[in-house]
Amino acid sequence: MNLILEPVADSGAPLARRNPVAKLAAALLFTLPLIATLDPVTPGLALLVELAALPFFGVRARVLARRAWPLLVAAFGVLVSMLLFAADRGGDLLFSLGPAEVTTGVLSSAAGLILRIFAVALPGIVVFATTDPTDLADALVQNAKAPARFAIGALAAFRLLPLLGQEWRMLTLARRARGIDTGRSPAVFASTGFALLVGALRRGVRLAVAMDARGFDSGTPRTFARVQRFTGADAALVVVAFLLSVLILTATIALGLFRPIIG
Amino acid sequence: MTSTTTNRWRTIDIVIASVIAVAFGVIFWAWDALWAATENAFLFFPPAQSVLYGMWFLPAVLSGLIIRKPGAAFFTETVAAIISALLGNKWGATVIFQGAAQGLGAELAFALFRYRVFTLPVGILSGALAGVVAAVFDWFVWTYDYDLWSYRVPYALITVASAAVVAGAGAWLVVRALAPTGVLDRFAAGRERALI
Amino acid sequence: MLRGFGWRHAGRRAWAVRGLDLHVRRGERVLLLGPSGAGKSTLLAALAGLLPEDSGEAEGTVEIDGLEPRKARDRVGILFQDPQTQLVMARSGDDVAFGLENRGLPAAGIWPRVTDALTRVGFPYPNDRPTHALSGGEAQRLALAGVIALRPGLLLLDEPTANLDPAGAALIREAVSRAAGPDTTLIIVEHRVAEALPLVDRVVVLAPGGGVRAEGTPEAVFAACGDELADEGVWVPGRPVAAAASSVRPSAAEPLLSAERVTVPGRLPEVSLTARAAEVLAVTGPNGAGKSTLALLLGGLLAPGSGRITGFGDKRPPHRWRAATLTQRIGSVFQNPEHQFVTARVADELALGPRRLGRSPGEIRVTVDELLHRLRLDRLAAANPYTLSGGEARRLSVATALATAPRLLVLDEPTFGQDRRTWVELVALVAELRDEGHGIVAVTHDEDFVRTVADRTLALGGPE
Ligand SMILES: Nc1ncnc2c1ncn2[C@@H]1O[C@H](COP(=O)(O)OP(=O)(O)OP(=O)(O)O)[C@@H](O)[C@H]1O
Ligand SMILES: Nc1ncnc2c1ncn2[C@@H]1O[C@H](COP(=O)(O)OP(=O)(O)OP(=O)(O)O)[C@@H](O)[C@H]1O
Ligand SMILES: [Mg+2]
Ligand SMILES: [Mg+2]
Repeated sequence: MNLILEPVADSGAPLARRNPVAKLAAALLFTLPLIATLDPVTPGLALLVELAALPFFGVRARVLARRAWPLLVAAFGVLVSMLLFAADRGGDLLFSLGPAEVTTGVLSSAAGLILRIFAVALPGIVVFATTDPTDLADALVQNAKAPARFAIGALAAFRLLPLLGQEWRMLTLARRARGIDTGRSPAVFASTGFALLVGALRRGVRLAVAMDARGFDSGTPRTFARVQRFTGADAALVVVAFLLSVLILTATIALGLFRPIIG
Repeated sequence: MTSTTTNRWRTIDIVIASVIAVAFGVIFWAWDALWAATENAFLFFPPAQSVLYGMWFLPAVLSGLIIRKPGAAFFTETVAAIISALLGNKWGATVIFQGAAQGLGAELAFALFRYRVFTLPVGILSGALAGVVAAVFDWFVWTYDYDLWSYRVPYALITVASAAVVAGAGAWLVVRALAPTGVLDRFAAGRERALI
Repeated sequence: MLRGFGWRHAGRRAWAVRGLDLHVRRGERVLLLGPSGAGKSTLLAALAGLLPEDSGEAEGTVEIDGLEPRKARDRVGILFQDPQTQLVMARSGDDVAFGLENRGLPAAGIWPRVTDALTRVGFPYPNDRPTHALSGGEAQRLALAGVIALRPGLLLLDEPTANLDPAGAALIREAVSRAAGPDTTLIIVEHRVAEALPLVDRVVVLAPGGGVRAEGTPEAVFAACGDELADEGVWVPGRPVAAAASSVRPSAAEPLLSAERVTVPGRLPEVSLTARAAEVLAVTGPNGAGKSTLALLLGGLLAPGSGRITGFGDKRPPHRWRAATLTQRIGSVFQNPEHQFVTARVADELALGPRRLGRSPGEIRVTVDELLHRLRLDRLAAANPYTLSGGEARRLSVATALATAPRLLVLDEPTFGQDRRTWVELVALVAELRDEGHGIVAVTHDEDFVRTVADRTLALGGPE
């Protein structure tokens, strides 16, 4: 695994080009209603819509698969724990797993949860895979009125991410050079983690000084070298995402399958 | 221990709060690389996985204890959530809401003491409150379909306990260990040490 | 500009700078000298208004154009020693634009100035080059562009060429002289005086205890008290250090470790070498040639991509040895000293190695005290390794490897950032170890080091 963020998508694709704030809002508006229900149909429909939208984001399938593999692990975990601990054991008995009885009800709940994991995670993965952090910070400040000092400060810290990933490797080597065997010992992990934190904070202190040295906190209103625009197309993306989500929920309710999480 | 400085955030406060989030992003990443396999060890009793749940709130409590300004815990946990979304995770973009909510939980403890007290008990309370938010969120959103007594209740209790111990007490210990390294010299939290 | 200025870092009893009176006129070009730890970096930070009152204690006054430095920040540009910590943005062009955005320049005016600054420093890449993929020299150039784009009236440079190969250093100096117009005031900190002299018209030497030791035009200062300054640790030009010849004939010495046709894809092209006992082997080459990578290979810390490394009569290659075995045979010093520290006190750092080898407490104390004394770190025995000045940290990291004195030492840039006195001490230590029969491999850009102690030199080519 590598911490360096690679360009994962074709940045010219029609939806990938949209304003980062619009993409983020669309992803949130689309996924948030999904977590209100526990049935398998809603996330299933949502997943279909998402897969249909993928080509417009220009995401390469291989990259997406690499980013999405933790989902498979999570899905497997859900399956096992649902088999053992599902609340709803209605439906026909299929087979027993020790004390736990596996019924159609259990399987349908598990399917609902697993589909939901995918349906909720996918838009996030796609949006962030097609968004440059610098553009996101710029757009948050220029279009979403986020406080500039905080957004730019966080962005500057974010630049340290790949550097700290390299630093982790150097720290492991240094420990070995000093006679400390690395491996899977939790004590060594903790001490390396601590050293990384110290190094990161030290870099942070210097970074803050360097930013001040270039007039970051001078009180002059900042200008923006990279202008981000929020156009009609961006607004349309947000609206369409929201409408689609509402449509899916309406369909489930109309089919009588809606199972709200509260109640 | 009192805070004498004003509540305006200096550049260093903003950067350090974000750096804490970034550093933990890397630490969690390294953890994954080393221990992805251990997840399976918890399969026999999945709620036990949440023993380490508290790790996720460590940045929030740590930041609150170091920066000592309103919003520190909230800001750091939100940035941490955005970073984990950027790196790709299994909760999608909703993790940003989740992180922000947990950050508010952690923040609440410091606000209760009006950003004047930063002792071990406050740290533990802050961790625990973040854990409560997480447990409530998961209760409804992620674990609602599980059996109440064999899964959801132990899951929630372990989450809160882990948050109090790992994030709360853990963050306090980390601050204590950081102070002598000199990296916290520009924060009140780092100035309680002997001269050389 | 400075009147009775003093600064004490939080958590320290000694003052880093004290009782300093100094006046620099507009357009002057000053070289700031002084032994390692004299407070040069601290003074630059003070001039740039970057010593926040919560990080220490100040006395006296500093004024720039009659203003307090914090208010005059937009007239001052500072280049720190470590370029990676002062790049702020992820893309090179954005980083240069960062300072201009802060000044509130309209967007249309920003990009022409960015391009102009980048061409002036000879930055070879397009604007969207990621900043974390730059080599040391390139990062330094970009950082300089970020500073000169602001067109500061006062330019402060802290060891701008440390860690650069001679060609890269020359380029940076050229960029500085081109970038600084006639009414730009310049203050440079640099240990290697001879190289910086063409840039300056005045020299100021700081005394370690506080105050100014000497000042004036370079000729006057070095004519008046050149010998004394050299003894106190200033690299006075024209006073070379004596060579320490080897007492053992290298060809007769026994081989300790040999590398046969080793490579690391993308980092190190194929190379073969043998490190022998009682011999100093210097590895040189331009930035990015793979020297540090080679040092990691020889130190048993990295597995070669192809080729073999064997030695010490062990059938397995060094990277497969247990860490305890490794430290008894080979000691490594990293290029970045901070990567190496694992304890919270200077003295503990030195004692760690011997303790792991099971030496007696008495023996350990003798070793530690001797190293502290010879490398002038005794005053800092209880300090945290991370609060040391650049030169002090370097000495400590070399000392940790010397403390266990394994048969083979692999040192990456052992002498950078040292004043003349600590340099001589370090080189003498290395020579002593060699004469006792230890083998030493040293990666270095330092021509004096090569000339004085190296028995053989291996030059790596440039990056492919
Ligand atoms: N953040 C800090 N906290 C405590 N002490 C510090 C800190 N930074 C520097 N010092 C101490 O202050 C003194 C002066 O340090 P400074 O970095 O100014 O030296 P310098 O002249 O630049 O040395 P060098 O040539 O080795 O870089 C040193 O003794 C150093 O240990
Ligand atoms: N961890 C790494 N991953 C990938 N590439 C690396 C890594 N470390 C170094 N490199 C690359 O390998 C090449 C050799 O790097 P190395 O650090 O060995 O150079 P060097 O000769 O020591 O240079 P310098 O004089 O600047 O210290 C460089 O092009 C560098 O960008
Ligand atoms: Mg210095
Ligand atoms: Mg190197």
